[in-house]
Amino acid sequence: MLEFKNVTKTFNIGTVNERTALNDISITLPKGDFVTLVGSNGGGKSSLMNVISGVYLADSGSITLDGRDITFLPEHKRSRDIGRLFQDPMKGTAPNMTIAENLFLAYGRARRLGFRIGVGKNLTSLFQERLALLDLGLEDRLRTKMGLLSGGQRQAITLLMATICTPKLLMLDEHTAALDPATADKVLKLTEAIIKEEKITTIMITHDMHQALELGNRTLMIENGKIIQDLSGPEREAMTVDKLVGMFK
Amino acid sequence: MQLMSFVAFIGAVELGIIFALLAMGIFVSYRVLGVPDLTVEGSFTSGAAVSAVFVVMGQPMLGLLMAVAAGAVAGICTGLLQTKLRVQPILAGILTMTALYSVNLHIMGGRANIPLRRDQVIFSYFAQFTGIDRRVVLLLLVLVVVGALLVLFFHTRTGLSVRATGDNEEMVRASSINSTFTKTLGLAIANAIAALCGGLIAQYQGFADINMGVGMVVVALASLIIGEAIFGRRGVIWNVFAVSVGAVVYRIIIAFALTFNFNPMNLRAVSAIIVVIAISYPAIKNQWSLFMLKRRAKK
Ligand SMILES: Nc1ncnc2c1ncn2[C@@H]1O[C@H](COP(=O)(O)OP(=O)(O)O)[C@@H](O)[C@H]1O
Ligand SMILES: [Mg+2]
Repeated sequence: MLEFKNVTKTFNIGTVNERTALNDISITLPKGDFVTLVGSNGGGKSSLMNVISGVYLADSGSITLDGRDITFLPEHKRSRDIGRLFQDPMKGTAPNMTIAENLFLAYGRARRLGFRIGVGKNLTSLFQERLALLDLGLEDRLRTKMGLLSGGQRQAITLLMATICTPKLLMLDEHTAALDPATADKVLKLTEAIIKEEKITTIMITHDMHQALELGNRTLMIENGKIIQDLSGPEREAMTVDKLVGMFK
Repeated sequence: MQLMSFVAFIGAVELGIIFALLAMGIFVSYRVLGVPDLTVEGSFTSGAAVSAVFVVMGQPMLGLLMAVAAGAVAGICTGLLQTKLRVQPILAGILTMTALYSVNLHIMGGRANIPLRRDQVIFSYFAQFTGIDRRVVLLLLVLVVVGALLVLFFHTRTGLSVRATGDNEEMVRASSINSTFTKTLGLAIANAIAALCGGLIAQYQGFADINMGVGMVVVALASLIIGEAIFGRRGVIWNVFAVSVGAVVYRIIIAFALTFNFNPMNLRAVSAIIVVIAISYPAIKNQWSLFMLKRRAKK
């Protein structure tokens, strides 16, 4: 469960460029919630994600994940429990390292593997098994450098990396927006399947209003750093794409 | 026709093997972490200074180990400057290097040079102990052990994390790895190896000098680039091997040039030019093909 209490984040305080990206936001995401997050550009979607993952510290307020106060925890410590995917498929993986090495790093997130040498047989077969689920023919290419793969392949592997140790929270920032429609569709289906299988609490940022209403069980709309809509249940079912678009400022 | 005396050739190979360590250190900072780390010019001298002081006390082996420790501490300083104090990477190296000049003078007891007696250095102990009176054997042994340890390390998760830090730092933090730690660790290793190189050089040449680190980064970069030009870039094992051979080839080229009355005064300039050419090669190639393209379009 993720709890957000009165969180405010202002960039460039005291300058002409001062921008309040998050304005006194309070939300609670029960375990297993799959939330889609929408809002116009500059509304504060990415900032919300960055404050949760620890890229930025909140100016005020508190953040709790599964009962643990993470407000001041450094980014890399939060990453133990939080998986992330970004729009740019290049961001999530190390290009000059092999698929196996990338997966090994991700796999070690919640384990102590500090001085174990090499990936080993057991892990290799685990990685192959998981890669086979992607259905991209990557299971035989563990020793291929990540940088040689297409954006879609890289994003699919990033998804695998983010979920190979089931995270307490998964955050997706328009993670299919940079992919061609067919690949985007495939990555999205995979995402859905993994989230469902592992019952991962998820926040997904999207610009596609169909997606926003179809996927998950709850939709949040953020404008000028404020949550202006929080739809779930019958209210969400009654919502149409047109009405949702109409709410944009 | 004899181009180079056998003694001169063996001397070049021996120097090459020692400087292969420096090239490995630079490989860690420049290729793995992606930052040309100037700390090395200071830590190389620190290694020599520490090593010389211990040789004088009759402890050449301990001297090398302490040189490694001194280098690691220097690397940690630069790492903390870069990460905790947010000093730009190049400047962080320059600052540590500059401060090390004073530190090294202190280590050397205020003298700019410490001469060492031949019978006190590690090579004479090694010859006595094993009966092998060939410096190249001991040097190769050190190189192989250090190279093997480095390669092994880069295959542990911690080592992979260091490599990933240079490759994609954001991804590293998202994988719950403390990039402050991995960067600092990488710099500590790079400088520890550089200091070992300095420590060996002092015992090999029979003296430590306060200025012996000057220009060493470019010399090591030239070795690295020569190695990569010969062998290309592949996996870590391959690359570590390549830079080592590169360092030896570099020394042989220099020894060869010296037999043709090449003025050693120009050595550093030539090293710098090698590095400039190698690094700018892609840019020059691009400009050349653009130029050709334009010319053809005009016709
Ligand atoms: N690192 C930053 N420095 C300064 N301003 C920022 C930074 N990140 C975001 N902002 C500002 O905060 C506001 C919200 O941005 P963001 O969260 O990226 O919006 P969204 O992802 O919804 O498009 C914008 O006005 C943006 O300019
Ligand atoms: Mg955004």
